[in-house]
Amino acid sequence: MSDLTAVPKAIAGPSSYLDDRLGAGNFLKRNLRKIFPDHWSFLLGEIALYSFIILLLTGTFLTFWFQPSMTEVVYNGSYAPLKGVMMSQAYASALEISFDVRGGLLMRQMHHWAALMFVAGMMVHMLRVFFTGAYRKPRELNWVIGVLLLTLALAEGLTGYSLPDDLLSGAGARITQGVIVSLPLVGTYLSFFLFGGEYPGTDIIPRFYSLHILLIPGILLALISAHMVLMWVQKHTQMPGKGRNNRNVVGAPFYPAFMAKAGAYFLFTFAAVAGMATFAQINPIWLFGPYTPADISAGSQPDFYMGFLEGSLRLMPAWEINLFGTAHAGTLPLSVIIPALVPMGIIMTGLALYPFIEQWVTGDRREHHVVERPRNNPHRTSIGMAAITFYGVLWLLGANDEISAFFHVSLNWTTYVGRVLVFVGPALAYLITYRMCLGLQRSDAAVVSHGVESGVIKRLPHGEFIEIHTPPADDIEAHLRGKEPVPMLPVREDTSGIPPKGMRGPLGKLRARMSKAYGGEKIPLDEGHPHEEIEEHAGVGSEGEDRSLTR
Amino acid sequence: MTRITAWRRHPLARYAVLILALALVGMVYTAFIQASRPADAALASGKVDDVAEGRSLFQAHCASCHGLNAQGTSTGPTLIGVGAAAVDFQVSTGRMPAANPGAQAPRKPVAPWVNEEKIRQLGAYVQSLGGGPQVPGKEQVDPAKGDAGKGGELFRANCIQCHNWAGAGGALTQGKYAPNLNESSPTQIYEAMITGPQAMPVFNDTTITPEEKRSMIAYITQVREQKDPGGFGLGRIGPVTEGLVGWIAGISAMVLAAIWITAKKRQKS
Ligand code: HEC
Ligand code: HEC
Ligand code: HEM
Repeated sequence: MSDLTAVPKAIAGPSSYLDDRLGAGNFLKRNLRKIFPDHWSFLLGEIALYSFIILLLTGTFLTFWFQPSMTEVVYNGSYAPLKGVMMSQAYASALEISFDVRGGLLMRQMHHWAALMFVAGMMVHMLRVFFTGAYRKPRELNWVIGVLLLTLALAEGLTGYSLPDDLLSGAGARITQGVIVSLPLVGTYLSFFLFGGEYPGTDIIPRFYSLHILLIPGILLALISAHMVLMWVQKHTQMPGKGRNNRNVVGAPFYPAFMAKAGAYFLFTFAAVAGMATFAQINPIWLFGPYTPADISAGSQPDFYMGFLEGSLRLMPAWEINLFGTAHAGTLPLSVIIPALVPMGIIMTGLALYPFIEQWVTGDRREHHVVERPRNNPHRTSIGMAAITFYGVLWLLGANDEISAFFHVSLNWTTYVGRVLVFVGPALAYLITYRMCLGLQRSDAAVVSHGVESGVIKRLPHGEFIEIHTPPADDIEAHLRGKEPVPMLPVREDTSGIPPKGMRGPLGKLRARMSKAYGGEKIPLDEGHPHEEIEEHAGVGSEGEDRSLTR
Repeated sequence: MTRITAWRRHPLARYAVLILALALVGMVYTAFIQASRPADAALASGKVDDVAEGRSLFQAHCASCHGLNAQGTSTGPTLIGVGAAAVDFQVSTGRMPAANPGAQAPRKPVAPWVNEEKIRQLGAYVQSLGGGPQVPGKEQVDPAKGDAGKGGELFRANCIQCHNWAGAGGALTQGKYAPNLNESSPTQIYEAMITGPQAMPVFNDTTITPEEKRSMIAYITQVREQKDPGGFGLGRIGPVTEGLVGWIAGISAMVLAAIWITAKKRQKS
């Protein structure tokens, strides 16, 4: 019998050959043992990653048949209700993919569902990073890359769903053009530049095609790679817990444990996309008909990730300014510029700057590798929830006609309510979330100082009934005790009553005030009850496969 | 010069004659129209006593809102001149007799007393009052005789801004809505176009010819009967329901999968 531990010559030969030349062995040895912390929310970004891979594959399939041309042809394919209709070649070829190419409809639908999952995956991933403060130093750059990715994905989606040149995508292109011409001074020029002349012209589909399959995916790919490399080099953050600190990573090694999970998760993503593409129809372009600028349909909506822009357009009152009191001198259509640029500006700029603003307010320049639980930074969490509400109201109102038709409420009424809600909603969300965070912190403090309810009722000698509290399991307690006060600027004035440098002047005073409100410890864990030493642990700790590695 | 001749030569005479002639023509015309109307209705509906039957049906079921002579009241508009087509559309879709006042009388199951004959009689009565569009013949609404491709173009140009690309319906202002077109019969579709119920405009025969209407009916019925090739149609209202499915089915499934995968720990042996 041969020795099982010996490497067969057929494998050992070539691999040491490669190793000698590429030095891959060492590289792999180091990287395969990379530790990945385990928490379900750390997988959310992978939804976006895997969806992108599916997009690349299905998109390439589509390019084999899709013809990005606006030349008019007479349809003569197999979809009967459109027989004999004049349409652009782009639309005809998208119909061909749907009805005459084997597996074409499935691929189109997978491409579109994957596009929704790509953007939605990025959004939930981004929310996870935001609410746990994982964007803090040293990861601010990766956060900014993420914001760029999200913005580009919106552009990629917009150019993508404009390609088939159906009536719905035409409506999207028309709104895009409307926004462009609304820009003061440069608007008309930009529109002529983009559309190659008068709208709609014959250039926009080929141009969007180049953007959609070459330029934007190229940048996306480069940024995604940078994102991954940075993540790899900086190592993943971890949830607070037993034995976890800012100098180590506790988790499972990349190979085999994490790789198996990631592989399984890819298959899950694939299954979700393929499942939806099989059972749920998406973007039925044959129902929409070909685009002509004269037609528009009820229920024209963009894909969900553009819904918030649609909503802000619908909410906006019809304001405009006629320069010098006459429309001849030029009109500033506030009803288009404001909704098209302001919400997007607030959300994207807000996202991009948040880490830096937070740093400025808290004065915290330390490195963080242990993330915060959302409740432990109540102001950040509340700001996030307010932003979600703002976005959500706009998004919801983008569908106000469907809401009105489905629930039989007046369309006008949805608009009025929306106009109030878009301001009141975020404020309410802020207050409620803030209270909830403090409440949760209080219950954490109670668990740490009094233990958890055991369900055992005990009668004391003098007749009183009490429930016995047992100390929390040590990993749970470590998780709770991972809490740190939110840092704030040193507010102390020096002996002569002069505030420290950088906190003088109106801006400095504002900074100091914000820092004081934002930072600090609201509910200390051992609130007046110094923690009695726990004798016996209920030991649920699962050290099973976890490895710890210093950073 | 006789008196008559003098009178004839009077400067105003020619005007007087003109007015007389006009009055005569007008009288003859009115008499002719009056005589022809019931005849028309009777022709269209087959029997002359349909009008009488219709009148009594009308007084029993409709007069409370539309007035004893269909002249209209504060709760219902006049029906003089709306034609048998309007009655057929309104009653066969269950809209009339109207029930609760609302933004718009909805389609509903027809009243128990309603049948084809009664609708015809009501129609004949209303037609006898002031004419108006007639109920189209079977031939005129036969989808098999229409050109769906042509009809689709007209449908997109004229109807989808209210009814949606697949006739799934949509919201209008102040609680009004364009209903979906899934249940309307070819005849009702035709009648809706020529009578323009409520917020819907009238598409008369000069805007859209009868042949074109038939083609539109062909398109509407073909599209609504077609099985969605891509899976569940999601109400055929486009990105709103797609987004909902993406989040509810897609993202939640992935979150559950993430929780499940990370919850699996290797058993300590
Ligand atoms: C409860 C009051 C009510 C009753 C009962 C009622 N209607 Fe109406 N009807 C209305 C109102 C209000 C309108 C106008 C708005 C609308 O169509 O909803 C109307 C509209 C109509 C129209 C359309 C008029 C047009 O301009 O096209 C027709 C036709 C009609 N009714 C016929 C009938 C007939 C036939 C009956 C009896 C079977 C009837 N209605 C009973 C209230 C009523
Ligand atoms: C301005 C919006 C508007 C346009 C344009 C319009 N409709 Fe309508 N349509 C309506 C409304 C509102 C109703 C509901 C009327 C009612 O309930 O009495 C309606 C009702 C109908 C119905 C009856 C549906 C049912 O419940 O049985 C049909 C059929 C119909 N329309 C067909 C058409 C066709 C075909 C066109 C294009 C030629 C068209 N409509 C254009 C608004 C519109
Ligand atoms: C390199 C990668 C990609 C390639 C080669 C590609 C290619 C294509 C092609 C050829 C079409 C038109 C065909 C058709 O609509 O049937 C298309 C449509 C589309 N693309 Fe992409 N694409 C890529 C990446 C993406 C990404 C990252 C997104 C998401 C943000 C996206 C979103 C869309 C959408 C929403 C459509 C419309 C699909 C439909 O018709 O239903 N694509 N893509």
